[in-house]
Amino acid sequence: MGTRNPVTWLGSPTFPEAARTALADTQLRRNLRNATTTIRGRRAQAVGELPDWERLRRAGEAIKDDVLHHLDRYLEQLEAAVTARGGVVHWARDAAEANAIVLRLCGDAREVVKVKSMATQEIGLNEALAQAGVHAIETDLAELIVQLGDDRPSHILVPAIHRNRSEIREIFRAAGLDPASDDPRVLAEAARAHLRRKFLSCEVAVSGANFAVADTGSVVVLESEGNGRMCLTLPRKLITVMGLEKVVPTWQDLEVFLQLLPRSSTAERMNPYTSTWTGVTPGDGPEEFHLVLLDNGRTATLADPVGRQALRCIRCSACLNVCPVYERTGGQSYGSVYPGPIGAILTPQLVDDPHDEQAASLPFASSLCGACFEVCPVRIDIPSVLTHLRARVVEAKGRSAESVAMAAAAWVFASASRYEKVQKLGSLARLFAHDGRISWLPGPGAAWTSSRDAPVPAREPFREWWRKNRG
Amino acid sequence: MCPVEKVALFATCLTDTLYPATARATVRLLERLGCTVEFPLDQTCCGQMHFNTGYRDHAADLAVRFASVFSGYDAVVVPSGSCAGMVRHVQPDLGAAPPPTYELSEFLVDVLKVTDVGAYFPHRVTYHPTCHSLRMLGAGDKPLALLREVRGLELVELPQAESCCGFGGTFAVKNADTSTAMLADKMRGVLDTGAEVLTAGDNSCLMHIGGGLSRLRTGVRPVHLAEVLASTEEEPWAPATR
Repeated sequence: MGTRNPVTWLGSPTFPEAARTALADTQLRRNLRNATTTIRGRRAQAVGELPDWERLRRAGEAIKDDVLHHLDRYLEQLEAAVTARGGVVHWARDAAEANAIVLRLCGDAREVVKVKSMATQEIGLNEALAQAGVHAIETDLAELIVQLGDDRPSHILVPAIHRNRSEIREIFRAAGLDPASDDPRVLAEAARAHLRRKFLSCEVAVSGANFAVADTGSVVVLESEGNGRMCLTLPRKLITVMGLEKVVPTWQDLEVFLQLLPRSSTAERMNPYTSTWTGVTPGDGPEEFHLVLLDNGRTATLADPVGRQALRCIRCSACLNVCPVYERTGGQSYGSVYPGPIGAILTPQLVDDPHDEQAASLPFASSLCGACFEVCPVRIDIPSVLTHLRARVVEAKGRSAESVAMAAAAWVFASASRYEKVQKLGSLARLFAHDGRISWLPGPGAAWTSSRDAPVPAREPFREWWRKNRG
Repeated sequence: MCPVEKVALFATCLTDTLYPATARATVRLLERLGCTVEFPLDQTCCGQMHFNTGYRDHAADLAVRFASVFSGYDAVVVPSGSCAGMVRHVQPDLGAAPPPTYELSEFLVDVLKVTDVGAYFPHRVTYHPTCHSLRMLGAGDKPLALLREVRGLELVELPQAESCCGFGGTFAVKNADTSTAMLADKMRGVLDTGAEVLTAGDNSCLMHIGGGLSRLRTGVRPVHLAEVLASTEEEPWAPATR
């Protein structure tokens, strides 16, 4: 292993531990419940309007699978097309390489404006730039809230979902933005005034990409606030950091994703600001365009036939919004820029270190209820990938108390007579019963009885009854 | 009359051991509807716990074992959505070829083509659609269609019904705090209905929600769908004695 992948935050506790803290935060619980309930309902409505939604999902899945299957070919095609139109393509194997490329490209600039981007968060770009004396200014309102609050994001699309308006006002006030009230309109205006100065003064912008079209070399960014449009058009130099898997074969493929993404993420029929650009155009927009193609664990993920479907993800966040675990714990418990169900399958694969305990705890952060798969616009079977990754964790761990218990259980279940003996032995649990309930069990059973009564084993298992009455 | 000849009951290890009343009710119900039910005594577990916890090899052994125990049956009926889901959707990926397997409400509605099973259950009831029967099997509102025909039963809609109760097998102990937070919201929904009985098609979920309801002395009783449907005026449901 080389340097650690910054996709997880250094020093983050394992999921169960982080969740315990988050669950005790009453304000967080309330903010999350309100936000996810609202967005969930809206998404369902927006998706329900399209009679061909299922076909769109299948189309999205098929296009992405084709891309992953021929990734080498499409990336080279993209590189050629971008270069032909005056852009420069850079290849980054990991976070350190990508950060070094961006830093070098920043040149003398001391301040850069940023469009919200998961790829740059994944590689810890802001921190890397800050170390070299370059200040990266987040221009998405929610990212700005996170940045000014010296906080971490908790959602892919709505990174400040864990904050309510009065908390945001306090953050703005402490940062000197001075909003007159906690009215959302007033808060947005304060951010707007603050950002406008930066848009007009910065020479360099850094963005991510939602899609890049291989056959034309066009790059596409979707956003809702217009801040992206400013960043992508005003500064002299534009640097885009993009995960390898964001390439799509043709311009026409966008018709599928431009329907799937807005309805899944913001519940909008059409995305408010969709910016596309192709290389550089003299006299129009940036004079220099650099595209950094980022691997950072993606080819390793691609090598896993089950796990690779996580690379179909278009970062819509629908799975977060419907996830009953996410709704209670929030995003920071996942210890990564990718929280929720998609984070639970993507993060451990990008980390690709079976001995990283925090990452190994993520595939278990799910009740496997399947709500995520149901809403995923590119049909990522998240529950199946979760169980697959759990198996990888178990395998890497080797012998443990759990593996011994599981082997013993399997041995018992392998024979009906052993099973029946254990059934009889299990009825000893009746000794723990008072008034027809078991409220305390020793050992691992305590994790159950800490909040629920356990059932009292029956005097007569069903099979006994069957033998007597039907056998 | 039963359109399938050889029907087997897969009671599931959980129900066989902890909730025998559910399995007895399933037998009684199916026999009342004209089926001849067999219970292969060699059955144990479908391997779901092993598979979901990451022990794929053990799960595969149990899947192959399951298929051999139930081979030759035209239909296997399971009073559990998650075990039926394991058999139907996972076992084939583990190298097993199980016979046609149905969760109870699917068997009644799709195979026997009945919704009125002649049941009588004079209680105020709310129904929790368990995640695996809802999303893995796509059982939809079949259980509700059955419940609506039960005489005397007052069906109350459960708020946020499709939200997971937080059980998730070993999730309930590995992430006990999060599981309990989910359980708390599910219990709030159940209590808001004013129902005296919570029913579902899966004893594992009922064990979880019921365990919480019991701990808090809410007076709401979990009763498996099979027991509700087996209950008649001549032989009404009565709580199992422990």
